[in-house]
Amino acid sequence: MSKSDNDVVITGIGIVTCYGVGKEPHVALLSAAEMTSPQVETERFKPYPVHPMPEIDWSEQITKRGDQRQMENWQRLGVFTAGLALDDAGLKTDAEACSSMDMIVAAGGGERDIKVDSLIVDEALKRNDREILLNEKLTTELRPTLFLAQLSNLVAGNISIVHKVTGSSRTFMGEESAGISAVETAFHRIKAGQSTHSLVGGAFVAERADILLLVEGIRAHATGEWHPLWQRSSENGGGMMMGTVGAFLVLESRAHAESRGAHIYAAIDAVEGDRGSREDGKLEQRLSRLAGLTSDVSPEQTVIFSGASGLVDASARERSVLEDKLGGATLRGYGGVTGHGMEAQFPLGLALAALTLDGGLSVPSFDPSIEQPMAAPAKHAVVTTVGYTRGEGLAVLSPNA
Amino acid sequence: MSDNRFKDHLGRPIIAVTGMGVITSLGQGLQDNWAALTSGTSGIHNITRFPTAGLSTRISGTVDFIDVPVENPVERSYAYARETTAEALAQAGLSGDFEGPLFLAAPPVEPEWSARFALADRAPPAQVEGDAYDRFLAAMRERPDPSFLEAVQFGSISERLADRFGTRGLPVTLSTACASGATAIQLGVEAIRQGRTDRSLVVATDGSVSAEALIRFSLLSALSTQNDPPEKASKPFSKERDGFVIAEGAATLVLESLEAAVARGAKVLGIVKGCGEKADHFHRTRSSPDGAPAIATIRAALSDAGIDETGIGYINAHGTSTPENDKMEYSSMLAVFGDRLKDIPVSSNKSMIGHTLTAAGAVEAVFSIQTMLTGTLPPTINYVNPDPAIVLDVVPNTKRNQQVTAVLSNSFGFGGQNASLVMTVEPA
Repeated sequence: MSKSDNDVVITGIGIVTCYGVGKEPHVALLSAAEMTSPQVETERFKPYPVHPMPEIDWSEQITKRGDQRQMENWQRLGVFTAGLALDDAGLKTDAEACSSMDMIVAAGGGERDIKVDSLIVDEALKRNDREILLNEKLTTELRPTLFLAQLSNLVAGNISIVHKVTGSSRTFMGEESAGISAVETAFHRIKAGQSTHSLVGGAFVAERADILLLVEGIRAHATGEWHPLWQRSSENGGGMMMGTVGAFLVLESRAHAESRGAHIYAAIDAVEGDRGSREDGKLEQRLSRLAGLTSDVSPEQTVIFSGASGLVDASARERSVLEDKLGGATLRGYGGVTGHGMEAQFPLGLALAALTLDGGLSVPSFDPSIEQPMAAPAKHAVVTTVGYTRGEGLAVLSPNA
Repeated sequence: MSDNRFKDHLGRPIIAVTGMGVITSLGQGLQDNWAALTSGTSGIHNITRFPTAGLSTRISGTVDFIDVPVENPVERSYAYARETTAEALAQAGLSGDFEGPLFLAAPPVEPEWSARFALADRAPPAQVEGDAYDRFLAAMRERPDPSFLEAVQFGSISERLADRFGTRGLPVTLSTACASGATAIQLGVEAIRQGRTDRSLVVATDGSVSAEALIRFSLLSALSTQNDPPEKASKPFSKERDGFVIAEGAATLVLESLEAAVARGAKVLGIVKGCGEKADHFHRTRSSPDGAPAIATIRAALSDAGIDETGIGYINAHGTSTPENDKMEYSSMLAVFGDRLKDIPVSSNKSMIGHTLTAAGAVEAVFSIQTMLTGTLPPTINYVNPDPAIVLDVVPNTKRNQQVTAVLSNSFGFGGQNASLVMTVEPA
């Protein structure tokens, strides 16, 4: 593709997964000869394995203890990872750039106070006037500031406070779709000249019983030991394995990035989301249409970072479309090793794809039974995310050649 | 050939509003709401949805007249949104699939306590202190409950709206706290300006009033405790104001490029001329004392609209009735409008409908356009003892017949969220 001033380029990457903090452990993962086994926590939420948060020194990105205390881990992870992305883009200390920077955060909700909730339900088991009890206990037991730690838009709010990103602040919700829409919206704003530089991403904490409970409503979660992504089966739960993930990107117009001499990891050529019924082959139809965004790229020179959740049926259907529409491309199901990062899943895929293209990396197979070795570094990357209950997205990236 | 009549001062498509729908505690539909709003009627009442014994705030502007299959925030928020969207599309004269993107402002949702209690009832007994979720998980493994998940998925509401009204692509569900409704409009405007679509469906809804929601705001000292009588509690810009009144509602706006609207012969109700936003990094719940972000937001909206401050004839205030918001909003408006501010009518719909939170920005945008269409300024009720530090023409207590051609509507929220909209009658 020919270059243009309003091309959307990735100039900052903030990333946290069970492999560690920042780019280095992830470049190592993506460039190793063989897959480095992921960290898996199998005891704490038994029978549900999750990919845990790595060791993080919050102070590296959230210097004030007071700010750290105002948040729980989900918001901390978002603010921390956003800081990594700003640092990486060389904008962390650029007050002018941050004060005019647009921001879209893909967010769920914050941690429940498990102790207070337990206390209330235990007491309620002994009483008939449960609603009265609720009023009594919530009034006396809830920490006033906990509300703020739970509010969806307070990841963005805290990024404004800690990193002074204040051009605009928007929070998108809706599970994986939130992350897809965040990238899609920022992309179109930059393309149209409505924004010159945007911070986009999300965070997800897997080590939360309150979250596991939600997905277990449809028995989506894998149980027992870790299995490679495409090997998961209904013998071990639903197939989805959550992972603690923070993923933020700094997106800029090419003109903005070049004028400040920023390093460009990759350009986003196209991104689109869709949704709808998944019955009667309609998921396949939509994914096939989205795969049409890749018409300019040669599959043989393409690596696909699939964000498949591991959910048995949906993942198999996605893979089948990718093999059909992009036969010859190298497939890498990244959620198999990082865990499923929900709102952060799609931004995570873009971060991994950008690192891969930038470094010319040959990514090891994450599931050798299905994923073929990579003969040569890819010229293009495709990122997919199929939501575990709804929503699909696909992006096409190219190196800054 | 595209026509200059259809482009704004920056050569972008002009955005027309061709359909509006609204629900508040005052009733369903624009007609009923407008009649109540202009007669100075309050929709604030004692809460009956849950017991309020022992609570410091016992009043709200809940919407209790829309049937829902199950009482939870997703069902309520969806039902309100469905109704306002049907109303707006009918007014716009659109039937069949909408075929444009959906931008939805919706509240963050969590499981209802009744659902937690039901899980506890069928869960194994406690083993150790604080293990409720381990027990919930055991119960859920035993018998999964898709309705439990669906009631707490943030994408549940947009999913149903998208199916019902045939919107295109992946809908955006957003939250910018109390500015959400305005942000949804802004996203709808941006999509048309990008040339991605000729029309956007903008919906903002909030059916999230529950005991826990009320108590959380209460613990932050954000709510009025002047429970008796309920209809007098919300008193924006008054000396005795002591907090907002939590409320529910929804609004839908059909946005179209003026060119597309004219081409299909649609009636143009108003123009969304400009949008502005600026985040605040001062504090999680408080605004910068100097009001700089709110000032920048209003100025950004005026600049985006291509008009200066002399062009604004009426301001639909955020006016929450909290001591801090009203003071900050006043000083910000004063900074922008200067001496002329005292001559600009500024009223707060929240004096009558309370704070519809996620929906507020869109509900108030609908009322702003209706203000221009009817030449009637809705009053700020309960304005008996003005705050002497706030010198405003709040259209006190009774409506005023006055034609205005350009309106500013403000929305400010927790988390440093600020958004303002400029709406006009005429495209030029």
